[in-house]
Amino acid sequence: MSTTLAPAEVEVEQPREAEDFEYDRPWIVIVWNDPINLMSYVTLVFQKLFGYSRARATKLMLQVHNEGKAVVSSGTREKAEYDVSRLHAHGLWATMRQD
Amino acid sequence: MFKPSADGAVAVRLSREERSLLMELASELRSLLDGTTSDPSLRRLFPPGYEDERDERAYRDLTGGELLDGRREALELLAASAQKDRLSAEEADAWLRALNDLRLVLGTRLDVEEGALLDDPRTPELAIYGYLSWLQEQLVAALSSGFPER
Repeated sequence: MSTTLAPAEVEVEQPREAEDFEYDRPWIVIVWNDPINLMSYVTLVFQKLFGYSRARATKLMLQVHNEGKAVVSSGTREKAEYDVSRLHAHGLWATMRQD
Repeated sequence: MFKPSADGAVAVRLSREERSLLMELASELRSLLDGTTSDPSLRRLFPPGYEDERDERAYRDLTGGELLDGRREALELLAASAQKDRLSAEEADAWLRALNDLRLVLGTRLDVEEGALLDDPRTPELAIYGYLSWLQEQLVAALSSGFPER
């Protein structure tokens, strides 16, 4: 009995695992470079919203500036939406997507 | 221009002309936000959060009103406190966001590019944009002292 059940179990398990994986993949928040926001302001916003140290906030700001974008936070979809809306409230160009 | 104190308040030293300019600009944008938000110069205030159209619509439905209200409140606070010599932490934060919104709208209208000459006096709008950029830089410097170095 066990030998006939085992494959069936595997078949049932597989899609569920895939779903769980899909669900667990974190959402990432991306800030894009733009010509208007001041570098010092962007750094301050990262410190204010995420509690990052000045060094970390500056590093992220420079990544946005030099590479065009940077991932500034990640987590659940709800957290990503919350972070994006706070970044939007501060005039930063932010988007979110599942990693 | 701005001098921070330990309780989060910020002392302001600006000329009467500067203060009335700030009041005028804040009131102007405040009225603009009462109209249709489809004005192309406002697009930078409401950027999309999602690539997917349906997700974006849901996000906009959820957050759009709150974002708009927050912007209106910050502009109102800037206009209301433009004559003050001392800003509360809340007022200083409103100035920070409102100044940025003014720069975003003006910069979008002027189609500002990175590294643009900020003291270019060719158009009054460009001169105002340059002034607001300088002022915001001063305010950011003052408020940065309230955040930890490490």
